[in-house]
Amino acid sequence: MTGRGGGRVLRAYSLLVIAWLTLPVLVMVLFSVNDTRGRYNQSWNGFTLAWYGRIFERDELTRALVTSLLIALATMLVAGALGTGIGYALGRYRFRGSGVLDLVMFAAVACPDLVMGASLLTLFVSLGAGLGAVTIACAHVMFAISFVAVVVRARVLTLDRSLEEAAADLGAGRWTTFRRITLPLLAPAVSSGMLLAFALSLDDFVVAGFTAGTTTTFPLWIWGATRAGLPPQVNVMGTLLYLTGVLLAVSTAIRARPRRR
Amino acid sequence: MRRALTPYLLVLPGGLWLLLFFVVPAATMLSLSLQEGDVVNGYVFTGHWQTYADAIVTYRTQFLRSLTYGAITTLVLVGVAFPVAYWIAVHGGRRKPAYLLLLLSPYFVSFVLRTISWRQLLTDEGVLLGPLKSAGLLSAQFHVLGTPVAVIGGLVYTFLPFMVLPVYVALERIDPRVVEAARDLYAGPAAAFRRVVLPLALPGVFAGVLMTFVPASSDYVTSAVLGGPSTTMIGQVIQAQYLSSSNYPAASALSATLMAVLLGGLFAYARALGTADVLTVAAR
Repeated sequence: MTGRGGGRVLRAYSLLVIAWLTLPVLVMVLFSVNDTRGRYNQSWNGFTLAWYGRIFERDELTRALVTSLLIALATMLVAGALGTGIGYALGRYRFRGSGVLDLVMFAAVACPDLVMGASLLTLFVSLGAGLGAVTIACAHVMFAISFVAVVVRARVLTLDRSLEEAAADLGAGRWTTFRRITLPLLAPAVSSGMLLAFALSLDDFVVAGFTAGTTTTFPLWIWGATRAGLPPQVNVMGTLLYLTGVLLAVSTAIRARPRRR
Repeated sequence: MRRALTPYLLVLPGGLWLLLFFVVPAATMLSLSLQEGDVVNGYVFTGHWQTYADAIVTYRTQFLRSLTYGAITTLVLVGVAFPVAYWIAVHGGRRKPAYLLLLLSPYFVSFVLRTISWRQLLTDEGVLLGPLKSAGLLSAQFHVLGTPVAVIGGLVYTFLPFMVLPVYVALERIDPRVVEAARDLYAGPAAAFRRVVLPLALPGVFAGVLMTFVPASSDYVTSAVLGGPSTTMIGQVIQAQYLSSSNYPAASALSATLMAVLLGGLFAYARALGTADVLTVAAR
């Protein structure tokens, strides 16, 4: 579409943007292998892998990470189940109230985290509910449902119905057809929706900040510890989470690649 | 009969969850914003609209600043993201997924950690400014942290994927033959871009604007980490009112106002252009 020169300028520009995006990641990785001595892990003191061996030496940080992972796991399972139900119903059936549901889901996706967290706090305060891991998980499931539902619905809409009809023609009942045909066809969408739910939950800082009470998640711990100086263990955990995410994304991309004949 | 019930049974658990933890809290917040009282003695509904007037008058600077930062961020994002999305969609070839991954992988790092990394990079004597200062290229008084530039830069960084992805999806859908046809009809590269590619990409840009303006205007982490006293955004005010001052009615009034301003614009927008596109893009 553009001339050769234009393409080259675009390429250089895009690579520059990618470099800019990667800069803070490099800082994080670099300071995870920094032989730091003082309280502030801010200047370069030489290479060491020691912090990887001492990753679990900060008890509170480890506990915060475990809390985050458990909440993300619960969110993934519950939002996965509830979101799949909504996505399947919206993609397959026409029913009264689907418009309202659509609107609520849209609002839940578009609503600023801050407003979501704040309104949940007012609810929990007026109910006198104790804040903690459970309230965080309730909030995370709430904002993750819509994402799962949207991913699943998109898949249901492109499903080839003749496969299900063929199963029915071969004498399969409705439940058997659903279990043996529909569910396996939906599986990729359900699993990517669930992964998304996990990632959204793990990364959330704002909503958790309002609904956590005295419970500490990984992002909340980092936030609280910043002023006193972040220990290198934070960088190690961040680096490992980052690598896990990249590996997962790469493996999903490879599996999803259309096979050439 | 059973057939007619199926969709409702499927929707019921998730629908109830959304009702309980999204719709009800929003209603509680609206109600609380019109109540008077304090944490110890409880609140009574008095329909006290004055709270709104007071809150808006007191914090109108932060309100306007947040909307301004949000608008500037969104504009900068269109400028930064469009060429990148265009390059990947048009020139990416078989490596498109790899480039997208490169672009998105920084976002596997926790949002808070990323923002803190930026502070580490931008500190006065840090890796970026330190060498420039000691080389005499920058004056010793020069600093980025605490300025609107740092905050808006941080916001642009945080929300870039929400602009790149929708624009990329829109550009990727364009049939190359349409552009070739324009060239065959003697349109120059510039004219083909302006009259064919750009109009077809606009829905993606609209979706991107929608998905970045709202979260950028209501963000408080970026300005808290990278900004200073002169860059306070409304999100910081709301957060402090809730969590430090426990001034729930005023805080609720502020966040209800924020929600009204942002969602009002959003629903008008959704009515005009439909929600399907946005949700599809949001799911990516």
